[in-house]
Amino acid sequence: MNTTLLLVQALNGLQFGVLLFLVAAGLTLVFGVMDFINLAHGVQYMVGAYLGATLTALTGSFWLGLLLALPAALVFGLVLEFLVFRHLYDRDHLSQVLATFGVILFLNEGVKVVFGAAPMQMPVPELLSGGVPLMDGLLYPTYRLAILAAGLATAALLWFLVERTRAGMLVRAGATNAPMVAALGVDIRRLFMLVFGFGAMLAGFAGVMAAPILSVEPGMGDNLLILAFVVIVIGGIGSVRGAFIAALLVGLVETIGRGLMPDLMRLFMDASSARQTGAALASMLVYIVMAAILAFRPAGLFPARA
Amino acid sequence: MRNPRLWLPLLVFVALAAAPFLGLGQGHSLTLLARGMIFGLAAVSLMLLVGGAGLVSLGHAAMMGMGAYAVVVLDHAGLTEAWMVFPAGILAAALFALLTGAIAIRTSGVHFIMITLAFGQMAFFTTSSLAVYGGDDGYTLFSRTEVFGARWLENRLVFHFVCLGALVACWALVQTLLESRFGRVLRASRENETRARALGFNPTPYRLLAYVIAGAMGGLAGVLLANATEFVAPAYLAWQRSGDLLFMVILGGLAGPHGALVGALAFVLVEEWLSHAMEHWRLVFGPLLILCVFFLRGGIVGLLRRG
Repeated sequence: MNTTLLLVQALNGLQFGVLLFLVAAGLTLVFGVMDFINLAHGVQYMVGAYLGATLTALTGSFWLGLLLALPAALVFGLVLEFLVFRHLYDRDHLSQVLATFGVILFLNEGVKVVFGAAPMQMPVPELLSGGVPLMDGLLYPTYRLAILAAGLATAALLWFLVERTRAGMLVRAGATNAPMVAALGVDIRRLFMLVFGFGAMLAGFAGVMAAPILSVEPGMGDNLLILAFVVIVIGGIGSVRGAFIAALLVGLVETIGRGLMPDLMRLFMDASSARQTGAALASMLVYIVMAAILAFRPAGLFPARA
Repeated sequence: MRNPRLWLPLLVFVALAAAPFLGLGQGHSLTLLARGMIFGLAAVSLMLLVGGAGLVSLGHAAMMGMGAYAVVVLDHAGLTEAWMVFPAGILAAALFALLTGAIAIRTSGVHFIMITLAFGQMAFFTTSSLAVYGGDDGYTLFSRTEVFGARWLENRLVFHFVCLGALVACWALVQTLLESRFGRVLRASRENETRARALGFNPTPYRLLAYVIAGAMGGLAGVLLANATEFVAPAYLAWQRSGDLLFMVILGGLAGPHGALVGALAFVLVEEWLSHAMEHWRLVFGPLLILCVFFLRGGIVGLLRRG
């Protein structure tokens, strides 16, 4: 493991981290403001990827596909909200978990029926294909850098919306104490819908961005969902800032761990078992970090509710 | 007869005991029923946590996994005696529950869900790294567990009644625990922890003990599951499996262990029936779950109470 490889791993980790943040941001807001556990947030990411891949294929242009996929993901989220989630806000967490799991089952199978079980490919846009020389002998894919930039830009936009606008102020207030906000005359249901639609769109955006570098397939959101939950729990539920820092942390730990662990294990054991143990340890690393953080700070790093 | 808490499980047990003699003696139906009973056992043990202590664990599949992998480890070492396998599986799961539970019960609510998930995932990735035991591909058992050298468990009928016996015992244990002083302390601290503390009860040891007992029962279910399929894979510990177990508990209703029992049987049977009836059965199963949440507020047993 040399510095070049480490740099690549770190960039990959950051890039995975911002994707994770896009999914986790919606999740933490929905969770923090509405006290609603939405397991189906991961399938919204998947739906975004499918929408992006399909619309890109239809229009023949990545940019047009991206532009159309965003409102489509928003509408899809609002339809889900109208059909299912709206009826669950007053219910306990267990009911929410159960019903949204039903949504996962349905949508994972649904995309299998509509698009087939085989993974779909989405080409990298012409403009962003190729690589950028970062240093001697290191060509890093432009598209991955673009994801990183887009993710950071979205994070900045989100920070502005949440910290500097009236709607954002209401969202923050809602995350701290939703009944109080409602009592002050704010239409909390409309706020819920706004947050929900926006969260769905962010997850869809992450899906479209990830589609060219990952394979678009049924169930692609499931593992990401679990990691996104890890992120919002580490970051503190309802905190966008916490989600951002935790997402980068999880992305880095996950990616660098995968790169380093097998090599690290080789110091202690023979090559083949080092590979297997290293891979397992790397997969575990994120959860070890989460368990350690929760053991010392049971409410996460930046809890929105004091 | 107004309270289905007792008569419903008894009815289910009698039906299960009679099933092999009522034309369900064919191999496949018995295999399915055994699966239903094993998941029923696991769901009843989870019920002690969710319904009793208010601890929503999303890592219960790991307990079953501990039991199942104890069978694998012993099988690999050539040990298949029931008097070793069963205690080993139960103890392994109880120990895992003790170690992880000591940390997990420091948190509550959603954080408890997440930390149990984290421990479950750790167990999942550990088992998939065990190259000796097949890693990701899983491990096919040499044979089912033996009873003093005799292969009784190979007989479907005997295995059916072993599962039923374990299920009845665990149901009775959970039912008794929930009615006991121990169970009342658990429920009191679930309803209002501050008051329970004010009354002089520290909920922590009670919760930890409940977590360990539930884990041990989960381990027993794991040993039985390994024997039922004669195959163990890391997929047994996947978080989706933990989710399934939670859904069985909620689907049945949180009114008591009878809910978990009915929920698990309904879940396993409907899943089996749907998956045979159509290819894309999840298209129906998913909305079915959603509709259950919308309209079956007290779970399946909630229907009985009203009707």
